[in-house]
Amino acid sequence: MTETSVSSPPAHELPAADDPRLKDTWARRQLIVLVVGVAVLACLPLVLGEQGESVAIRTLIFAIMAVGWNLMSGFGGMFSFGHAAFFGIGAYTGAYLLVDHGISPWISMIVAAVLSAAVGVTIAYLCLRYKLAGSYFALATFAFAQMFLLIVQNLDVLNKTEGFNVEILPSDSWSMLQFQQGSPLYFWIPLAILAVAVLISILYVRSRAGQYAQAVRDDEVAASSLGIDTMRARLIAVALSCGITAVAGVYYTQYYFFVGPEQAFGSAVSVEAIIPAVIGGIGTIWGPVIGAAVVGPLSELVATVLRNPPGFLSFLQGTSGLDVAVYATLLIIIVIVMPKGIFGTIRDRWRS
Amino acid sequence: MTDTSTGQQAQILRVSTHPTTVVAVTVVLLLAAVYVVGGKDSGLVTQSIVTGVLLGGVYALVSIGLTLIFGVLGVVNFAQGSMLTMSMYIVYALVAGPGIPVYVATLLAIPVMFMFGMFVQQFLLNRLTSTGSHEGPLLVTLGLQLLIANVLLMIFSGRPKSVGTPFDGSFDMFGAIASYSRVIAFVGAVLVGIALTLVLRRTSLGLSIRAVAANAQGAALVGVNVRRVYALTFGIGAASVAVAGGLMTPFTSLTPSVGEQFTILAFVIVVLGGLGSVLGATIGGLIIGLVQTVGALYLPGTGSLILVFAVFVVVLFLRPQGLYGAK
Repeated sequence: MTETSVSSPPAHELPAADDPRLKDTWARRQLIVLVVGVAVLACLPLVLGEQGESVAIRTLIFAIMAVGWNLMSGFGGMFSFGHAAFFGIGAYTGAYLLVDHGISPWISMIVAAVLSAAVGVTIAYLCLRYKLAGSYFALATFAFAQMFLLIVQNLDVLNKTEGFNVEILPSDSWSMLQFQQGSPLYFWIPLAILAVAVLISILYVRSRAGQYAQAVRDDEVAASSLGIDTMRARLIAVALSCGITAVAGVYYTQYYFFVGPEQAFGSAVSVEAIIPAVIGGIGTIWGPVIGAAVVGPLSELVATVLRNPPGFLSFLQGTSGLDVAVYATLLIIIVIVMPKGIFGTIRDRWRS
Repeated sequence: MTDTSTGQQAQILRVSTHPTTVVAVTVVLLLAAVYVVGGKDSGLVTQSIVTGVLLGGVYALVSIGLTLIFGVLGVVNFAQGSMLTMSMYIVYALVAGPGIPVYVATLLAIPVMFMFGMFVQQFLLNRLTSTGSHEGPLLVTLGLQLLIANVLLMIFSGRPKSVGTPFDGSFDMFGAIASYSRVIAFVGAVLVGIALTLVLRRTSLGLSIRAVAANAQGAALVGVNVRRVYALTFGIGAASVAVAGGLMTPFTSLTPSVGEQFTILAFVIVVLGGLGSVLGATIGGLIIGLVQTVGALYLPGTGSLILVFAVFVVVLFLRPQGLYGAK
């Protein structure tokens, strides 16, 4: 006992508890960035035309999905190739409750988030029980998403392949989330959802549960030997991730007034959740948002170029598929050259 | 050959009669049950069994490529289905352009796809596989899948294309109708499967592939060029897809996304058979082919694919290592 007290350094050499160097300002800095970012983006509808706004809204939906995906796959280390399953659950819950029961989409968002989290936790539990890791886990989630797609296509209750059309109301309605076409509210609402999703990420990453999940991701054996309940830590990440993604789905149905099996559960949807996060930076707070801002307008940009191509590209006029080919190439290059994504790479440069 | 004497035997070679017997008996019993209590016309059942087995042979060929790549490189090739589409379009281009017969075109597509596979491994995946990352290769092959499908869309447009078959017609097989092109595809798949097994077991290349699958570091220490084996394995995987694609072209309506469903089907088959097991992929292919066609008697349209996934989920939860996988 005495020995330890002797070997410990004298109290006056330790920095004081309120030393600014010891304060963790990370979360506060992220929150400031978030507030400033939202304030700047909120002005966008004032400068964008109707066309630009619809691109921006699609980008926001991408971003929400990517932020959701990143919680599970980036911070949790469980690569999901099947986030269409959770997006689709959201889109269909919203559509079904609204069209068949007249329930407000705001309530659907909560119902969908809970339902999707429950489904996600069940799938993840079943997969993790046998330690399906890495690519095995990824493809298992992909298979589940495909299965949901097929089930929806064959269920009468969900209108099989026809999907749901949302009735357009004659007047604005907050409770039904319908406004005049081109209203900036259609932009502000997903922006608010994205802000909440990023806020959840920031708080989660610094929370005990989030720290546990990252510890399990980095070294499962070490984490469990320190007494962390690895399954629980992972399932919390999955639940948050699936919940957020489902809310994006509900909004999707609401904005486009239509949802069908392919739009909700198609494998392209899973890809749309993965690509922004990978391009921006997996396992970072801002990566998915930056990635979505890069990928979202890309297809519009490519379409514009193709409508009036410069001379050397004229052979491409009238072809379809170039936009996806471009971001597929971008994906391959980023994964090989900058495995940490745009944001992750810049951040590491900055620090060193 | 001393291949079975080592303790750390490559998964590819894992051969045991026990699961085969169990699987064969189960499948036969289930099919008998469909005949007896299925409530369907027995002629229809026979027809779907024959179609299922013929289909299963081709599935097996696509899956063998996938399982080989997984067993050796530890990479799930998400672009497997798109590579299938790509080889179909190569065959189509050779048939529609210079007018080469479809099965000769298939032979020509094999080296092209082999080179393509080697290229993908050398230039896109090698750096990632050597760092041992799981996600990197998966994402690159995902990007590759999107790239192939959309480049094909740009070149050939989305309109469905078809290639005629030189052997039109069909014949009677156990009271069911079997078209020549499907039987040729099945026989071709079986021959290539046997050839691959022989290469793996009887040649020095096969020995190095199995050595790398068992322990890449150990293989490197005894003088195997691991990078070369990786590239060759990916090439072989791509070549077997080329065979499958060429053989399927006569009875498939070609669109740039036609192969996509095969990625997931092949994955289900590989999981069912046990990751890395060639025999497992073959048996798995036959089972999934049967499930799909016999299931279609009860669930028409895309419904029979649900059954395929039901099998997948059951396997995942009851026997995640698959029929022939190591626990």
